[in-house]
Amino acid sequence: MADSVTDADGHEHPKHELSHFAKRIYAIRELLVEKGVISEKDIQCQIEYQEARTPANGAKLVARAWTDPAFKARFIADPKAACAEMGIDATAINEFVVLENSEKVRHMVVCTLCSCYPRPILGRPPDWYKSFNYRQRSVADPRGVMREFGLELPDDVEVRVHDSTADIRYIVLPLRPAGTENWRAADLEKLVTRDSMIGVMDALPEIPQ
Amino acid sequence: MGRAVTSATGRFRPGDRVKVKFEDRPGHLRTPWYIRGKSGWIEKVYGDFLNPESLAFGKDGLPKKTLYLVAFNQADVWEKSAVPKDKLLVDIYDHWLEPLA
Repeated sequence: MADSVTDADGHEHPKHELSHFAKRIYAIRELLVEKGVISEKDIQCQIEYQEARTPANGAKLVARAWTDPAFKARFIADPKAACAEMGIDATAINEFVVLENSEKVRHMVVCTLCSCYPRPILGRPPDWYKSFNYRQRSVADPRGVMREFGLELPDDVEVRVHDSTADIRYIVLPLRPAGTENWRAADLEKLVTRDSMIGVMDALPEIPQ
Repeated sequence: MGRAVTSATGRFRPGDRVKVKFEDRPGHLRTPWYIRGKSGWIEKVYGDFLNPESLAFGKDGLPKKTLYLVAFNQADVWEKSAVPKDKLLVDIYDHWLEPLA
């Protein structure tokens, strides 16, 4: 590790100042390795596994659901099985629920207690998802939050905010943008942003440059 | 919304009016503070899950608790005007709910 120094006890520590919690994590990690509970290789493999899970998985699921009604029905009925069918490893202790948007209903997901998020499908949540600001305002003023993401909804559209506080992880199935009826799934995937699957915005109307 | 319910031993059924208990005690409580004491209705029964208030302290999580999707009108949760249609949906365990007539 280039950005680390080795101290008198032979342990490596990053050079920059760590928070109390980061120090504790490093200490626990080193102890687990020292005592042979896990190896450095296990840790590295797990980091790589975590990093390999990205919102691109979600975009594939959404684009397929838009183009294949039978798949959409399976995705909604049994998200884990639909993920397995697409080669996405969503095996986790948590259950997944798909929230389907429509012209008249938009869903938005938050975890006000911590940062519960459908990680096996979408990877790590964005930093703002974990912020106190989002966690407070998403439940109390969802339309205000959506407005900041560029989504202005008329009052006849129902906004349903899901606070995922327990064993269920939610993923939003955004509305298919108008004018994309003849598009291939591979192009549709480019319209499905991470934020549209959290529900703070709609899918993009066109492929970003 | 998907996921079949495998078993649900709890007291409530979809449509039942419920009130969230207003309790404050130490522990790994998964009921957000802002929703305690508020009234809504059962939107969906998710089934029985190990109790996180027990699991968090290294215990077995038994007996399982039924988890519900509970819906609230935004206007009923916050003491301010909201778009009348807007809803807040929170996952809440059986023992945090009491029936409303």
